[in-house]
Amino acid sequence: MSVTPDFIQNVEDGSCVLRFSGNLTLLRIRKLSEQLESVDAQDLTVDLSEVERMDTVGAWLVHKLQRDRGAKLVGASREQQVLIDHVAAADQPVKMQRDAPPALIRVVSQVGEWTNNFLSTMLGMLGFFGAMLISFGHIIRHPRRFRWNAVITRFEVVGVQALFIIGLMSFLVGIVIAQQGAVQLRQFGAEVYTINLIGRSSVKELGVLMTAIMVAGRSGSAFAAQLGSMKLNEEVDAMRTIGVSPMEALVVPRVLATVLMMPLLGFFAAMMAILGGGIFCWLSLDIPPVTFIQRIREVVPMTDLYQTLIKAPVFGMIVAMAGCYQGMQVEGNAEEVGRRTTTAVVQGIFLVIVLDAFFAVFFTEIGWL
Amino acid sequence: MSEDPKQAIIEVRGLKNAFGDQVVHDGLDLEVCRGEIFGVVGGSGTGKSVLMRSIIGLQTPVEGEVHVFGEPMIGRDEEEAKHVRRRWGVLFQGGALFSTLTVAENVQVPIKEFYTGIDPELMNEIAAYKIAMSGLPVDAGAKFPSELSGGMRKRAGIARALALDPELLFLDEPTAGLDPIGAAAFDQLILELRDALGLTVFLITHDLDTLYAICDRIAVLADRKVVAVGTIEELLALDHEWIQEYFNGPRGRAAAKPEPEPEAKADA
Repeated sequence: MSVTPDFIQNVEDGSCVLRFSGNLTLLRIRKLSEQLESVDAQDLTVDLSEVERMDTVGAWLVHKLQRDRGAKLVGASREQQVLIDHVAAADQPVKMQRDAPPALIRVVSQVGEWTNNFLSTMLGMLGFFGAMLISFGHIIRHPRRFRWNAVITRFEVVGVQALFIIGLMSFLVGIVIAQQGAVQLRQFGAEVYTINLIGRSSVKELGVLMTAIMVAGRSGSAFAAQLGSMKLNEEVDAMRTIGVSPMEALVVPRVLATVLMMPLLGFFAAMMAILGGGIFCWLSLDIPPVTFIQRIREVVPMTDLYQTLIKAPVFGMIVAMAGCYQGMQVEGNAEEVGRRTTTAVVQGIFLVIVLDAFFAVFFTEIGWL
Repeated sequence: MSEDPKQAIIEVRGLKNAFGDQVVHDGLDLEVCRGEIFGVVGGSGTGKSVLMRSIIGLQTPVEGEVHVFGEPMIGRDEEEAKHVRRRWGVLFQGGALFSTLTVAENVQVPIKEFYTGIDPELMNEIAAYKIAMSGLPVDAGAKFPSELSGGMRKRAGIARALALDPELLFLDEPTAGLDPIGAAAFDQLILELRDALGLTVFLITHDLDTLYAICDRIAVLADRKVVAVGTIEELLALDHEWIQEYFNGPRGRAAAKPEPEPEAKADA
């Protein structure tokens, strides 16, 4: 007895008899279905009396012969008949693929969808901002109900734990600026202006910008992923039904912590960049630290620091809001969490840079050169 | 089926499972025979799911032996275990569908993994009838799991578990979350598949109707081991507090009622 499924083709009483034998199962279905393709006789009869074992795939094959080629079935045991009936009952036009529209329509609809998404995201963010302000007002009226512990925890995660990486990054950026600046300025014999370059660019722009980017990568993404998972897990819904506002419990502490930490981190980053630049000047350009610090005090106006301290909380707000907003938009599956997290970071950094350009124009206009 | 009907498909000897200090199983013995529908019941936290996970090799027990199809399952290397794995199908509690694939693709995953080179058209046909067989509507094939309701996700999970026409089926609370009509249809499906395919079913359930309707034998998990195995009548004859409470509680009696008169059940 062979266990390989096989069939013998005979002509009996004017009809073509396919006598299957062995195991009619998924294991060998590939070969068998190819062989069956090549049978082109009409008026088929399928004989299952020598089949040892048949599974649903085998039954499907028999059912297809019956359905497509009008084969008659003989020699099926009761179990086999039940199985074939089962499979026949399950023969329904199941949709296997999504309907794909033509390419042109797809492109147009994608552009439309993208535009729609962009506008609705902007609108949604605005609405989110409004809802946050309302929650904030609520907290101011009932300060005892506010979760200070949550804010303090975020202080640590967003601020303290980011100190090392932000410090190191700024320090290195300071060295790079000093080095690149020195090479260019040397051509004019104005090497000493490297100090101006380091001082002003770090305090006014780079410190806070690099910090915002780092915070978006570290904390904005974390907010989106945390809130997204909570949303998937129905934790947010549970909170709502208990009567806890997710806005107050989840969003406001995160945004508040980021807003409060950003100026500190931005200032710290600026100082680290100056430190890096100073060390470079000392070692490479032979400018002693005392002179360096003296020059910094002379060339960096106080307004530069004010600019940083004004921009930092705004950037923090945008980064944290983008993270929380995207996190709260998660619906459906785990992939969505990843997608939303990416969007949160991209959106956060993009908005920060756009706003930074506006700030630059604004501060120039009011004379804070 | 030429095999000895009493042959043990699953054999568990002296199983001990522990998470840190918390001992879930201690000296647990269990035997499931070919062709039977074997129910496992027990209170919450008695380690029903952990037992299933140790049998299918997702949880390495502290002590004990597990044999499936007569082959030892503990400490097997991945390549050898694969050959045993293709002979069983598993339905997890939440369905555990792959969220980035459509239902049809989910069903095709095991087939593609074990039987390469099957004509895509035939593959689609196989997936289609499996989907219809598990009672999903025809438009479900192209949907993603996130677009399905909880009950439909479970059916899709069943379709995937049945993809390879397994000899052994592990079901973790299959009827939980299904409506009574769907649950009854599911019981019927399991029964018919068992009769037609000679399926052995390892079933964890809290559904007393399922227990009465389809289970040949039932194991009761309590006190970190199997305290009793037998048909419902045999279990009812035992003087065990939890078993009596379980089967003779208000829900147990309600489920047992239609049993003596099956015609009445058909009318209802």
